[in-house]
Amino acid sequence: MTKVLRADNMNKCLGCFTCMLTCAAVNHNNHNLAKSSIKVKTRGGLQSKFAATICVACKEPACAEACPTNALVRRPGGGVKLIRERCIACEKCVSACIVGSIHMDYDRKIPIVCKHCGACVRMCPHNCLSMEEVME
Amino acid sequence: MLGNDFIRVLYIDLQNRKADIKERKDLYRYLGGTGVAAKLLEENMKKDLPPLHKEQPLIISIGPLSTIFPVVTKAVATFISPHTGEYGESHAGGRLAMAMRNAGYDAIVITGRADKPTYLSITDRSIEFKDARAMWGLDIEEVGRVVREREPGPGKRSIIRIGRAGENLVTYSCVNVDTYRHFGRLGMGTVFGSKNLKAMIIMGERDLPISNLKEYFKTYQEIYKKATQTDAMAKYHELGTPINIKVLNAINSLPTKNLLQSTFEHADDISGETFAEKNLIRKVSCTGCPIGCIHIGQFRREFDKGYEYESIAVSYDHELIYALGSLLGIRTSDEVLEIIEEVELAGLDAMTTGVVLAWATEALQKGLITKQDTLVDLEFGNTKEYIKAIDYIADRANEFYYTIGNGLNEAVKKYGGQEFALLYGGNEMAGYHTGYAFALGQTVGARHSHLDNAGYSYDQTAKELRDEEIVDYVIKEEKERNVLTSLCICLFARKVYDRPTILKALHSIGIDWTDDDLTRLGNDIFFTKLKIKKELGFSLENYRFPKRVFETPTLWGRMDEERLNKLLKMYIERVEKEYADWSRGQ
Repeated sequence: MTKVLRADNMNKCLGCFTCMLTCAAVNHNNHNLAKSSIKVKTRGGLQSKFAATICVACKEPACAEACPTNALVRRPGGGVKLIRERCIACEKCVSACIVGSIHMDYDRKIPIVCKHCGACVRMCPHNCLSMEEVME
Repeated sequence: MLGNDFIRVLYIDLQNRKADIKERKDLYRYLGGTGVAAKLLEENMKKDLPPLHKEQPLIISIGPLSTIFPVVTKAVATFISPHTGEYGESHAGGRLAMAMRNAGYDAIVITGRADKPTYLSITDRSIEFKDARAMWGLDIEEVGRVVREREPGPGKRSIIRIGRAGENLVTYSCVNVDTYRHFGRLGMGTVFGSKNLKAMIIMGERDLPISNLKEYFKTYQEIYKKATQTDAMAKYHELGTPINIKVLNAINSLPTKNLLQSTFEHADDISGETFAEKNLIRKVSCTGCPIGCIHIGQFRREFDKGYEYESIAVSYDHELIYALGSLLGIRTSDEVLEIIEEVELAGLDAMTTGVVLAWATEALQKGLITKQDTLVDLEFGNTKEYIKAIDYIADRANEFYYTIGNGLNEAVKKYGGQEFALLYGGNEMAGYHTGYAFALGQTVGARHSHLDNAGYSYDQTAKELRDEEIVDYVIKEEKERNVLTSLCICLFARKVYDRPTILKALHSIGIDWTDDDLTRLGNDIFFTKLKIKKELGFSLENYRFPKRVFETPTLWGRMDEERLNKLLKMYIERVEKEYADWSRGQ
C-alpha cells in the first residue's frame, strides 16, 4: 500500500502556511514558501475560506502524458515523480495539470511537483491534511 | 539578510519616484525589527521639522528569524508620531513580514510626499509608483479589494492601506495590514496620508536557500512543538486575548465608562466566553504562526424592514472590547462588533478612538462641551450615536471633531477636562487598570504601549508591591522585549522564546551570537530610543497623571498619587544615570 496527500479538512485551516514553509524547506531547501508544492490560498480576500491546491494523485497523470522527455513518471498510488536530469523546463506539465498543482521554480528551472512525502501533514497544527492509503 | 552579514535596506523616495538599495553592514549589530528600525529613524529623521513634514521618514523592518521560525510574525514600523510629536513605533502581524522576506528586503525607508495619491507595488523584481487618485476616499475594505484585483500574487502578498482618517490626518490613524491586523497606535496611518500614500503591496519569489537544513529544521521542529504542544500559548488560540475581560473585571481592573468604574455590570455580556459562544466564526493566523490567535466575530445587521439582513465579520481582541466596549459602557457583544467595524472602515486606532470618545462623553455630561460641538448625544451605552461620532472624527466634521482628531492632549488644551482624560505619557490608556506598574509602564515606555514593559503583568502576579522592584521590573522587561522585538517575535510567544531558544534559532541559520550579545542589544536599543525621544524634545519632568486614575480602585486599591509620582521620579533618576553611562560608552 502507498499513501497520497489529501486536504479534506480545510475548513479547519488557520492560514498559518506552516505546510508551505515545511515543504519548501524539506523538499526544496528553501525558505521561500513560493517553492512549496502545496499552495494554501484564500478563495478571494482574507475574509473568504482557505483552500489548498495539492496534487490530487491522478492514476492517469496528464502532466506525465504532456511531458515530451519522460521527466515525469507515474508513481505507485498516483501522482508523478520528477527525474530531474530529463527535464528541459518546457512547462508543458504546468498547463496540463488542470487543478493547478504544478508551478515552475525559475531559479532551478524545474517544475515543483508533490512527492506525497507527508512532511506538510506532520507539521499542520490543525489536522487539515492527511495521508490516505491507496491501491498501487 | 539571510546568509549575509548585512541588512538590505530599500529606500523609497516618493517625491522623485526613485528607489535605492543599500547593504548595510553597520546595522547588522542591531539584528532587525525594533533595533534596525530605531537606528534608521535616528539617522533619517529631521528633528527640527514637524512630524508630518514630507522629509520625515517612515521605516518598516523585519528580523533574521522572520517567518522562517514559528510565531516570528511581526513587522516593526518607526516614524515620528504625529500623535505625540515624539518617538513613534508600532508593530503588526499578518503577511507583511513574509512578503518583505520573500521580496528580499530587511527594511524599507520611505521618504518624501507623492505629488498625487499613490500606491506602491514592490516585488523582488520591481518597484512601481501607481496612481491611487481614484482610491482616495475609499474605506479599508474597498481599497483592499481594488488592489487585490489589480495586482498579482494571491496568497504570497501583503496589502497594507489606510482609510479616510489617515487621508484626513487624524493623528491616531492606523495602517491596516491584510484586513485583520494593524499598525494601530501613534498614527502611522497619518504618516501614510501625509505622504499621499494610500496603500502598499509587497510580494516576492526570491530564492532563499537554506544554509544548513538539518540543523535549521531540527530547531524549527523543537520550537514548533513548544509552541503547539505545551500550554505556553494555548490561551491565545482558545478564547484569545478577550479571556482578559472577565479576569480583569473580577479584580477591579477593567476600565469602564471612562474609568468612572473599574468593574462593569455587563462584563459577562461582552466577555471572551460570550464572544466565543455567540459571535466567533473562525480563527486565523499570521503567516508562520501555528497558533491562530486572530478571532473573527460575526454579527448581523438589519438594514431594512422585511427581514433584510447583512452579516458582517470583524476581528476582535481584548483591547478593542475594552476601548470600544466597557470604556463606552456598551452592553452586548454584537454592538461592540458593530462599533469595531466602523473604526476599521475609517482606519482609526481602536484604543485611542475609544478613549477619546469616553472623554467626550463625560465632557458633554459635565458641560465642558455642548451638543453643538458633538452633533450627537454621546452617552455611555449608546452604540448608534458612537458610530456616527466615529465617522465625524474620521471626516473631521467640525471644529470639535477636528480638535479631538488630534487626540486628548490637544482636546484638553481647548476644552479642559484634563483630570479625566485617560492619558499615560501622552498616549491614550490601554485596557488594564491594574495598578502602579501598569501606570508607570505605559507612561515611561518608549512607545507608551502597555506592551513596552508589561507593567500590568507585574501588578497581576506580584505578592506585594515594592517600589524598587517595580522600577527594576519595568526597565528590565523593556530591555528584554527589545531583544524579542528586534527579532520580530510575536510577544505572545515570549515564553516559547527564552534566551537559549533564541540563540539556538540564530545559530541554526548561521548567526553565532551569545547571551551577552543579546543583553548588549536590548540595552543599546533601549537607550537609542531614549536618545531619539530626547532629540525630539520629550521629557517626563513635571509630568502630571490624570486625577481619574487615582479615584477608581485598581487590583491594589486606589492608587496613591504621591507614590506613583515617587515611582516616576525613581525611574527617571535611574534611567538618566544609566543613560549617561551608556552615552559615555558610545
